[in-house]
Amino acid sequence: MGRYLLIRLADAIPTIFLVLLLVFIAMRILPGDPAIAALGDMATAEQLQMFREKMGLNAPLWMQFINFVWGVLTLNMGTSMMSNQSVVGLVLYNLPYTIELTLVAMLMGLTAGVPLGVLAATHRNKLPDSGVRVFSLIGYAVPDFYLGALLLIVFALNLHWFPINGGGEGFVDRMYHVFLPALTLAMVKAAFIGRLTRTSLLEVLSKDYIRTARAKGAKENRVIYRHGLRNALLPLTTGLGLSLLATLSGSVAIEMVFNRPGIGKLLIGAIAERDYAVIQGGVVVFAMFVVVINLLMDLLYIVVDPRIRVNS
Amino acid sequence: MSIIADPVPELVERGPGRFDFLRRALFGRPATIVAVGIIAAFVVIAALAPILAPYDPLTQSMLRINKPPSWQNWLGTDQFGRDVLSRMIYGSRNSLLFGLISPFLAAIFGTTLGVIAGYFGGIIDRVISRVVDLLLAFPELLLAIMIAAVLGGGFWNVIVVITVAFIPGFARVARAQTLSVKQDPYVEAAIAIGVRTPVIIFRHIVPNIMAPIIVLMMLWVASAIRLEASLSFLGIGTQAPNPSWGNIIRDGLNNLFGSPWPIIGAGAAITLVVLAFNLIGDAVRDALDPSTVQ
Repeated sequence: MGRYLLIRLADAIPTIFLVLLLVFIAMRILPGDPAIAALGDMATAEQLQMFREKMGLNAPLWMQFINFVWGVLTLNMGTSMMSNQSVVGLVLYNLPYTIELTLVAMLMGLTAGVPLGVLAATHRNKLPDSGVRVFSLIGYAVPDFYLGALLLIVFALNLHWFPINGGGEGFVDRMYHVFLPALTLAMVKAAFIGRLTRTSLLEVLSKDYIRTARAKGAKENRVIYRHGLRNALLPLTTGLGLSLLATLSGSVAIEMVFNRPGIGKLLIGAIAERDYAVIQGGVVVFAMFVVVINLLMDLLYIVVDPRIRVNS
Repeated sequence: MSIIADPVPELVERGPGRFDFLRRALFGRPATIVAVGIIAAFVVIAALAPILAPYDPLTQSMLRINKPPSWQNWLGTDQFGRDVLSRMIYGSRNSLLFGLISPFLAAIFGTTLGVIAGYFGGIIDRVISRVVDLLLAFPELLLAIMIAAVLGGGFWNVIVVITVAFIPGFARVARAQTLSVKQDPYVEAAIAIGVRTPVIIFRHIVPNIMAPIIVLMMLWVASAIRLEASLSFLGIGTQAPNPSWGNIIRDGLNNLFGSPWPIIGAGAAITLVVLAFNLIGDAVRDALDPSTVQ
């Protein structure tokens, strides 16, 4: 276990390095001159020169890359051109809102999705199964920002049950503010998790040990939850990581719909204002999210299925 | 009477072609036929947009701002007095165009990368596979947002963004398929008699790995349409005033108190088209690999 953990952690380091390299290449080489991108076509040669000096863009590329990595490691990623606040400060302010939204949405999605999947699997090809299938077909097709806008129109604008925008102050108020945005993401999530649970559970329920459990007279509930669902959890764990990342990407648009603070809103706002340092910071944060969540999912995997420890 | 019997009919009849599964999939289930019909309808709408749209999608009018649906404007007007239905009809062009072009381009580039990695192996394979594995860890939407953050919006950038977001998936499938096809006797035979490498790749390998690539392409048309809508909604896709379903919802959200109809209409269109493409994609996948049917 300890050894596997170490190997996995050590593997994350080159991954992070490679991610930073890709971000760097994308930011510095692909779109041409970042100075022009940031200041616009109308900028004078002098302004461009000053910008390059300030951002360290006159140094050779390898030097710029080292500076960039060093900046990420020491949490010093420059200042926003618009607000003059430090990028790290902006990220730290917005991060809790995004994490809060993603986690609450995941929790709601799992709470609804797993029982839906079990319901569909235990009533295969009957009415509940068809209902869950239709729900997941629509859940796969409806864009989350559209669903969010509809919920906003109905429950916030017309019924006044929920606030129209903002993140809230204090725990209770924040949960009140996060409810509708999280519900939006959770509905899409529940469709995905429901379908995954159904498939996974159906496969497990056709196994011999399920027949044995039934033959020895175990109650149906015990067969489903104790013998079935526990073993169906493993593929669900992989799905969970993907799902968490999908929820995170969905949070970008949802933060825009509900006008909530968050990393997505920070990044999109920075793009509109061509705030170079903040764009870079936002992209790095999302990249780190992906690396860390994948790492956590691998670790969760060995908790759920101890066989993996032995085999590695 | 000839003593030689007529040839056995089964032997004369053409066997199933490599792509017969497509036809079977598209017209096999009632739901899929409906889906094909929906797509066909939207393709006609997009193609005939100038004839079908009752108004110009860009013409503004201060006299009819935020009108609810009526006989003149079936879906009402937006905050600039533009006809919402006309904007949606023109917007369908962007959605379908990106939805079809990007998976196609991604299939070309991704397959090329995957085949190169799988065929040559060694250090080339290790480098390509490492980057592809890394990119596969990112959800397509997040990858697209990150690339669009750097590139900005606009027609060609959106194509680049969605294409790049899809390339890793194609590369992985193409690499795995190439590794398996490479073991087949006809490839070994071709190598043994000294056929040039490009000929082996394009004549013997690529045609034999096309089926799963085509399935992937069909599965991702829906994703591409969703991606374009999401990017346009975020303001980093199709740029205003050029209409797209995503930025119609964006405009609608800025005008929430004016009229909810642009949001309702454009969102319903995205949902319907994505649903139809999903149904078709699933059917094609099931036809190729019956083991996925539950």
